[in-house]
Amino acid sequence: MSGTIDGVVSPTQTITIPADISGQMLDLDEDDDLEVFSKDATLADGSMFNASMQTSPGSMVNQYKFEEDEEGDSKDIFITVDNPESHVTAIETFITYRVLTKTTRSEFDNSEYEVRRRYQDFLWLKGKLEEAHSTLIVHPLPEKFVVKGMVERFNGDFIETRRKALHKFLNRIADHPILSCSDDFKVFLTAQAWELTTYKKQGPGFLSRMGETVRAVANSVRGVKNRPEEFTAIQEYVEDFSNKITSLDKVTQRIVKEQKEYLEELKEYGPTYTLWSGSEEELVEQLKGVAGCIERCCKETEEQVGHLSDTLVPALHEYVLCAETLKAVLRRRDNIQAEFEAKNEALATKKVDRDALKEEIDKLEDRVEWANNALKGDWGRWQRSMRGDLKSAFLSTAEKNVDYYEKCLAVWETFLLSQRTEPSEETDRDDTS
Amino acid sequence: MMADSGPKEVAVIGNTDLTSAELDNNIKNTMVEIEKGTSLLRKMEISVAEAEKRTGKNTVNMQEIYTVYLIETRPVDAVTEGITPDSLWRRYSEFELLRNYLLVTYPFVVVAPLPEKRAEIVWHKLSADNMDPDFVERRRVGLENFLLRVASHPVLCNDKIFYIFLTEQEKDWKEMVYETGFQAKADSRLKAMNAAFRVKNPDGRFTELKHYSDELQTVLSHLLRVRARVADRLYGVYKVHGNYGRVFSEWSAIEKEMGDGLQSAGHHMDAYAASVDDILEEEEHYADQLKEYLFYTDALRAVCRKHELTQFELEMVALDLASKKQQKEELVTGTVRTFSLKGMTSKLFGQETAEQREAKLQVLEQQIAEGEVVVKEKNTESDEFVKTAWVDIERFKDQKDRDLKEALISYAVMQISMCKKGIQVWTNAKECFNKM
Repeated sequence: MSGTIDGVVSPTQTITIPADISGQMLDLDEDDDLEVFSKDATLADGSMFNASMQTSPGSMVNQYKFEEDEEGDSKDIFITVDNPESHVTAIETFITYRVLTKTTRSEFDNSEYEVRRRYQDFLWLKGKLEEAHSTLIVHPLPEKFVVKGMVERFNGDFIETRRKALHKFLNRIADHPILSCSDDFKVFLTAQAWELTTYKKQGPGFLSRMGETVRAVANSVRGVKNRPEEFTAIQEYVEDFSNKITSLDKVTQRIVKEQKEYLEELKEYGPTYTLWSGSEEELVEQLKGVAGCIERCCKETEEQVGHLSDTLVPALHEYVLCAETLKAVLRRRDNIQAEFEAKNEALATKKVDRDALKEEIDKLEDRVEWANNALKGDWGRWQRSMRGDLKSAFLSTAEKNVDYYEKCLAVWETFLLSQRTEPSEETDRDDTS
Repeated sequence: MMADSGPKEVAVIGNTDLTSAELDNNIKNTMVEIEKGTSLLRKMEISVAEAEKRTGKNTVNMQEIYTVYLIETRPVDAVTEGITPDSLWRRYSEFELLRNYLLVTYPFVVVAPLPEKRAEIVWHKLSADNMDPDFVERRRVGLENFLLRVASHPVLCNDKIFYIFLTEQEKDWKEMVYETGFQAKADSRLKAMNAAFRVKNPDGRFTELKHYSDELQTVLSHLLRVRARVADRLYGVYKVHGNYGRVFSEWSAIEKEMGDGLQSAGHHMDAYAASVDDILEEEEHYADQLKEYLFYTDALRAVCRKHELTQFELEMVALDLASKKQQKEELVTGTVRTFSLKGMTSKLFGQETAEQREAKLQVLEQQIAEGEVVVKEKNTESDEFVKTAWVDIERFKDQKDRDLKEALISYAVMQISMCKKGIQVWTNAKECFNKM
């Protein structure tokens, strides 16, 4: 380790942070480490890792160990995404969403902000966050467009689904102790349209980003040699999880499809009883009764399918995307380690300036440790979110299904009751037969 | 109602106005007959107990596989004494023969239909295969139902051929049926259709009944078809949930905290998927009840056709009589009112002699006398038919209203049962998800 780094704490020491970390976060003047870390958007890029930076992997650890409770009482930033509007220019048509922010954080000048953002802006934000925190788990964005299912970009349901997903995306970031402190995030929430455009143009240019990509590809080709066991375990889990959640997504979509087709037939079924009642005398009441029951069940079925589409389908789909995010995060972690390993090997074999190389290797080693800790910390957090989200989605579905059957039950029981309160005719007939 | 009006009148109108006394009488007779009728069922317990496959040679001497059904009968009081029933085997074609015999012999009766020969309105789960065990089972039930319907019919239950069909295997029953000569009595379809087209004054009630049976057939076919599609779709929905069971189970293997909840939720999803089989099997019974009445429309139409035929025949003989009377009148008065070839030739080739005219007159008078007897007979026949047919039609209507009301109520009960199962499964699943 270079001598210029202060406050070295060994990576094995863990310092627990109290539940309310917001207080700590805001003490920027006192905590140099944190300030430097959160402002520097270029940390992830190994080539720009500044040796003078007063950060150590060890001290970073505290930032990533947080207690389970990060509940509402510590929440100090509230974001809503709503009010989609269509904009037409000469070149294109696009949708913007209103992003409303309410916060008490001191790094924000005001307590309330209202801006309009389009999907591209969200993509940009995600990209920046992933750049800066390559091994943190950033909640996925909804997809660019849905290829299957022939959903058009400007279809009402599509826009609403997207809006909800964007809302969730921003709130997840707001809830994240590290990501919510990102400058890019702040700019996203507060800057006016033209300000944002200007801001976007800063930062590493296209070429340097290209260089990064090339290096990443090279690393992935080489592959990592000594991946720590825990990350292999996570990778295996992610593979399995991805398969399972993809299956569940498909099954649920299939159920929605089948249920919709059932509904279509059911809509035709009720009227056949009404048609029949037109030819009858004694049976009219019963036939119309049955037709009415079927019609009411149709309404309930429609509601049930709607609920499935609005709640379970998006939730599962979100986690399909999450699985892909996790795979990417693991890959990036691997690449960081691979790069370090490559340079390390070079040290043993190549005849270059050993001192300069050693310095580089030290930095890379720190980087690996830092990346691993970030991921480890976020991994637990992600698992908890996943459990919470999916449990809630499945619970909601089960509740809705119970409600659906209860309503249909009431419909048929009412009909039955109306029939059973006419026993007089029946008994007369029984006598003669 | 006689057709002995003047030469212009040919119309013979069926008896549409029963006096109230006659109506009462009819009802009384029906009651008596029901008493007599149900006496067969009171005496005897009838069931179609089993179905079995047999192989044998058919009429073109080729090997075939067919199903036979076991008919069991025993006196009602013997049930409690534990005496085993008498039994014999019959195949579907014999049931068909029996029914055809009854149709021809009692044309005024709305004869109960047989179950489908082939499964026609099916949804995908049921194969259209006659050898499919579910189909055979439902056919067995249908055949039993047919026998019970016939046995409880006030008129049909007394038929000897029917009784032998149920009870005696040794005699060549088929031979006996043919010996009744019923086939000769059968009216050809062509004749019936011709009559239907040309009859002038059918009884309004029968016309109405014919329309009703056409409507009922259309409406019920449509209903049954849509129901089958709904059942198919419902099957799909339930069965796809079975996939949840499988995936939850696999997923639970990689989760620590969620594992138990997922695993047990999965079991409930499997149970949900499996429950649809019973639900749809029950509904199939409901569909069979409706199908019986769909097939009954054929019997209704048959009765209407018979009426049209008898009415048409009556109209024809009445027309013939009127024409003969007219000819006689012309001969007597010497005036020719209607064109006839004979008239023309006599104009051309001279008048007939007095003797020739006298001879003709005598023949005509003979024919008229005979004709009047025939008309009287046909009229009586027609009246009888209308009377007896209408009694049976009223009986049928009451039976239909009762049966279908019951069927609709049982359908509601089925739906309630299905909902209750759904509530239970999803409540259980919810508890499991809570443990996740």
